[in-house]
Amino acid sequence: MKMKDLEKLNDEGIENIPSEERRKFLKFGLSVTGVFLGGSVLSLTSAYKANAAVGSMPTMPKGQKFPYSPHYTMVMRQNHCIDCELCKEACVKTNHVPSYGYRTTILEQERPISPTKSERIFMPVLCNHCNRPPCVRVCPTKATFKDKKTGIVMMDYKKCIGCKTCMAACPYNARYFNEDVRAVDKCDFCFETRLSKGEIETACVAACPADVRVFGDLADPNSRVYKLIHSPEKVVWVLRPETGALPNVFYMND
Amino acid sequence: MSNGFSLAATAEPKVVTPGLNKVTLVFVLMAMVGVSAGLYAFYAGHHNVYNNTREMPWGILISSYAFFAITSTGLCLLAAISHIFGGNTLAPLANRMVWMSIITIIGGFTLIGVELESPWRMAIYNVTSPNLTSNIWWMGTLYGMAVGFMFLEFFLILTKQYKIAVALGVLGALAEVAANTNLGAVFATLGGRPYWYGAQLPIYFLASSFLSGAAATVLFTNFAHSMRKQKMSDTVYTGVQSASKLIALMLLLIIVATAWRFISFYVGGAEQGRLAANALMNGPLATNFWIFEVCIGLLFPIGLLIITKMKSLPAMTTASIMVLVGQFFSRYDLVVAGQLVPQYDGWDNLPTYFSYLPSASELLVTMAGLGIVGAGFMLGERFFGKAFEDHAEH
Repeated sequence: MKMKDLEKLNDEGIENIPSEERRKFLKFGLSVTGVFLGGSVLSLTSAYKANAAVGSMPTMPKGQKFPYSPHYTMVMRQNHCIDCELCKEACVKTNHVPSYGYRTTILEQERPISPTKSERIFMPVLCNHCNRPPCVRVCPTKATFKDKKTGIVMMDYKKCIGCKTCMAACPYNARYFNEDVRAVDKCDFCFETRLSKGEIETACVAACPADVRVFGDLADPNSRVYKLIHSPEKVVWVLRPETGALPNVFYMND
Repeated sequence: MSNGFSLAATAEPKVVTPGLNKVTLVFVLMAMVGVSAGLYAFYAGHHNVYNNTREMPWGILISSYAFFAITSTGLCLLAAISHIFGGNTLAPLANRMVWMSIITIIGGFTLIGVELESPWRMAIYNVTSPNLTSNIWWMGTLYGMAVGFMFLEFFLILTKQYKIAVALGVLGALAEVAANTNLGAVFATLGGRPYWYGAQLPIYFLASSFLSGAAATVLFTNFAHSMRKQKMSDTVYTGVQSASKLIALMLLLIIVATAWRFISFYVGGAEQGRLAANALMNGPLATNFWIFEVCIGLLFPIGLLIITKMKSLPAMTTASIMVLVGQFFSRYDLVVAGQLVPQYDGWDNLPTYFSYLPSASELLVTMAGLGIVGAGFMLGERFFGKAFEDHAEH
C-alpha cells in the first residue's frame, strides 16, 4: 500500500488500541533505539545500567567475573508490588527488628499519567549492598564491612561506637540505630538468620505473594536475577546511580 | 625538667576577685549541668532525649563539636605560626592561644563524647580495628594526638623550655591541620549528600578555623585584660590589631566562598543540593542563614573592622563576638541543611524538608561546651595568667 492510499483511510484513533499493542510498540521502539543508536541511548537499556551498577570495571561485558561468588543481588519487579507489606512483616519477625526501626520498607507515590489521571505506585527499598559502599568506607572501626565472599554489607555490633556516620553516608536511608544492641542495624540479606543456615532466599522474598522481589546470585548466568537483569528488551534501573555507590538492588517493570 | 614548675610563679592574683569567682562558678555549673544531661542520655536512651532521627542522625551536638574543633585548630595554628617564626606581632598572644586551643578541643570532645551512643567501644576498636579510609577515624585520632602534643607543649611553656615547646607546637599544629581537613572531608566525601559533597568544604573548614581562631584570640586577650583591669601594652595591642586584620581577610575569603558555593547549587548539579540550598535561602534555615550567618557573622564584622580601621578595641572585640556567633550558626546550618532533604524525595508524601530542632538536652549539652571553654579560660588566667603575659622571644 502506498502512502497516498494510506492517507485516504479513516483514522481509527489510538484510544481503541489494546494496551497489549501499545506495550509491544513501546518495546519495539526501545529495541530499535537501543540497537541502532548505540552508545548514549544504550545507557537507557538494561545491559549498560546493569554493568554500570554491578561493577565499575568496563571489562565486565567481555566475560569478566563478578566480584563476589555468590554475588548476592535483589531484583525488584516494581510494578507487581501491591503494598501488602508481608515482606516487612517477615523481615521484622525473622530479624527481630524493633518497632522504631526497619530494615526494609515500601515507599509509595501518586504518579500522574495524564492531565487528569494518576496512578499509585509502590517501591520496596532496603540496603543496596553496594559494591562501593559509602557506609563501609566511613566507619571508623570496621563495625560495618563488606563480606569478602558474598558482597553482603554486614554489621559487627560490638565494634559500633554509634557515631552514625554510616547513616549519614548511606544514599538509601537503609540504616537505623538499634537501641537494644546500642549499634546501627541494617539488612544483611538475612545472612545471619537464613542464608547461613542453608536457606536460599531472604525472608522478604519468601513472603512476597506477588513475586516482586527476586533474590539470587548475579555471578551465575543461569540464575533468575542474572536473566532478569540481562534481558535487553527490559529497562533496568538502580536508585541514585549518581552517588557512585554501585548498588546491587535493581529495579524493573516486568 | 630543669626549670621545674610552680603555680606560684604562673598564678595571677589579679584575677582572683569575688566577682570573677562567681563568673567561673557559673561556667563550671553550666558544664556540670550539661555533662549531666549528656550522661543521662546514656541511661534514658539517646533517641529519647536528643531530637535526632534515622533521617537526621546528626544535629547541634555535631555542629557545635565542629565549631569548637575548628576554633581549636585556628588557635593552635596561629600560636604555632607565631612561635615558629617569632618576631611577628601575634607572638605576645601565643601562650594563651595554646591553652585556649586545648580548652576548646576539650569542650568539643565533651560534646562528641556524650553524642556518641557507645563511646567506650571507641577506646578499644579505634585501636584494634582501625579503618584507614574513614575520615572519622583520622579526625578522632589526629585531634587526640594534637591534644597530647599541646598539653606537652603547654607544660614546656610553663617551665620555659621554649625550644622543645616550639617543636611540639609544630607537631600539634600539623596534627590539628590534618584533623581539621579530615573533619571537612567527613562531610565533603559523602556522595549521597549533594549539599556537602565537593572539594570546597575542607578548605572552607580550614579558612573558618583561621577566622574563628583569630576571633577567639582577640576576644580572650581582651577579656583577660578587662579581668585584670589593666590596659593592653602596645605590643599586645598591636597583636590584637594583627589578629583583627586576619579576621577581616578571612571574612573576605569566607564571603567569596559562601557566595560561589550557593551560586553553584543554582546553576546545575543535583536537585537535592538545590533544595538544601533553598532551605537556607528562603526555607526553614533562612533566619539562621541571613541574620546570624551572613549579617552578624560576615557582613557586620567586616564592615565594622573596615570602618574603624582596626583602631578601636571595642569594635574589634564586638566584631570577634559577632564572628564567633556567626561561625556557630554556620556550622549548625551546614550540618542540618545537608540532611534536611529526604533521600527518597518525591516518595511517600515525604515533606520537602525533615524537621529538626535541638531538644532541651541537646541545648544543655551545647551549653556545657560553652561552660567548659569559659571555665577553662577563667581557670587558665587564674593559675597560668603570668605565663600568658610572658612575652619572651621563643
